[in-house]
Amino acid sequence: MAFKFKGVDFIGFDALLSSDELMARDTARQFIEDNLIPIIEECNREGRFPRELIKPMGALGFFGANLEGYGCAGMSNVEYGLVTQEFERGDSGLRSFVSVQSALVMYPIYTFGSDEQKDYWLPQLATGEKLGCFGLTEPDFGSNPGGMRTRAVKSGDEYILNGEKMWITSGTLADVAVIWAKVEDEDGLVRGFLVETDRPGFTAYDVHGKWSLRASVTSGLSLQDVRIPAKNLLPLTGGLKSPLMCLNQARYGISWGAIGAAMSCYDTALQYSLLRKQFREQPIASHQLVQEKLTWMISEITKAQLLALQVGRLKDSGKVGHEHISMAKRNNVWMALECARMARDILGGNGITDDYPIMRHMMNLESVKTYEGTHDIHTLIIGQSVTGVPAY
Amino acid sequence: MKILVCIKQVPQKDAPLKLNAAGTWIHEDVSYEVNEPDAYALEEALRQKEKHGGEVVVLTAGPARAQQVLREALAKGADRAIHLEDEKFVQLDSANTARAIHAAIAQESFDLIVTGLQSDDFGAAQTGVLLAEILGIPHATIIIGIEKTDTGLRLKRELEAGHYQHIETTMPALLTIQSGINKLRYATLIGIKQAKMKPVRKVTWADVESKISPNLQQIVRLYVPEKQKRTEMMEGPAPEVARKVVDYLRTAARVI
Repeated sequence: MAFKFKGVDFIGFDALLSSDELMARDTARQFIEDNLIPIIEECNREGRFPRELIKPMGALGFFGANLEGYGCAGMSNVEYGLVTQEFERGDSGLRSFVSVQSALVMYPIYTFGSDEQKDYWLPQLATGEKLGCFGLTEPDFGSNPGGMRTRAVKSGDEYILNGEKMWITSGTLADVAVIWAKVEDEDGLVRGFLVETDRPGFTAYDVHGKWSLRASVTSGLSLQDVRIPAKNLLPLTGGLKSPLMCLNQARYGISWGAIGAAMSCYDTALQYSLLRKQFREQPIASHQLVQEKLTWMISEITKAQLLALQVGRLKDSGKVGHEHISMAKRNNVWMALECARMARDILGGNGITDDYPIMRHMMNLESVKTYEGTHDIHTLIIGQSVTGVPAY
Repeated sequence: MKILVCIKQVPQKDAPLKLNAAGTWIHEDVSYEVNEPDAYALEEALRQKEKHGGEVVVLTAGPARAQQVLREALAKGADRAIHLEDEKFVQLDSANTARAIHAAIAQESFDLIVTGLQSDDFGAAQTGVLLAEILGIPHATIIIGIEKTDTGLRLKRELEAGHYQHIETTMPALLTIQSGINKLRYATLIGIKQAKMKPVRKVTWADVESKISPNLQQIVRLYVPEKQKRTEMMEGPAPEVARKVVDYLRTAARVI
């Protein structure tokens, strides 16, 4: 039986947060506790995305929470991060869905879109009436998106899009896809397009057989001579920098989300270790090797909290660099995955079943380690930042 | 309908409590939350406002930290707040708390005042009814249903052993609300942002001091219940042990 989450705060971290930040976190924590925790193991087992949570999440303002206007809450980046942490404490899959809707669909429309695009899409995306997906990665181009093969050709007052996109969260759920393509008439410049998913030539299919993020939808997209009005171009996009700005938003959220998954694993292992008795009728929490693991976990979680908070504060003051976000994403996801493995170890055989959330988090985090810039790519981003030498 | 909701900030239910050196209260280095029945009282007030219009005002008495419960209430949809802000309010007994609240709302007139049926920390269940008495308005306790009628309110009270009582009252009135009467809403993220703009009126200790008397009730000593393990093993053949057990239950435990 899983344990009720008790929260994790070793050094009085909460004292660093404002009352609004605490309230945003607590709202998300309570929402997840009441609505996701009771169903998540079933969703994971069945490979089912909990669609029924979309409308309630929209009503509470979880989509595009850090955007201003258009029905969005206008949260700070730290508040948004804390909400993300609570979602991923529940499940990385649901958090991925929210991240995509917020950071990879609403953010580019908000940042690069025309007033008409913003007025039409943002209010409906904020409530969850409409859903979106983000098409950058292709079957042959992951870490190197600049090699993408998807092309847009201008034809009168239309663009014609052709290409394949892969590993697209929410692809088959989406009403609109933010598609990144090289524009032939503009010397192959990468630009973003809003493609309604009911346009002829657009197809989306689900990736089956996933052992990770089973509670979210992962798809492939195929665009064959998809004609869209020229006004569907996101006018302020220009070059690969545009999608990378979106990824920065999402990576920032992930750096908090991973803390949530780690907290879930640590808290489960801690509570289990106090109940499970072995040798001399003593709880395994009294064993030195178990304490060493718990100590490692709580230390890394605490450091990760401080890292994410500082990066969030930098982001709120407009001083964040992409290399700061890379460090937070890289470190925190790695730390969370290590926590999941140690927590599984403490639970022994019980750790592998879905009576407890640990194995689910562990499998989810394998995806999180890879998407939104792999662990290794972030290593190279930080390496370039400190040496000035690109090593890709 | 103009509704006042009295809310108390109490230590979190699962907070590890330590007694202070004098053994008269707890160390205040714990996490706090909204007193549970008060959360239901707020929810009920918000629902009544949604049905009948009007205003929901929330009030608390306590130090600066207690403002958090007001902020949460404002984020959930209350219109404004009143904060009797001082460390000293924590130590008041129910009668003095009621007097202080009465003094703080002297300039207002509410159609309905609701509060939780008791606080999770002191558990006296007195502040609400004493406030009604001072105001000279009718009150009803342990309410699990409120319906507005042409002449006032039709109410459902919870009695013991699964019995209920239906009563009617005129307004203004004060009701103490039972937990579980409704489903609590979440503060929306937009609500949290909007809460900042809503007015919070501060009431100081000096503003109400003249209405407060010496406490009639005092905590003399708080202590953790001492464990008294008394296990008696009875051995021998079953019929003999059974006789011993019955004898014990009859004469020592006196339960049969």
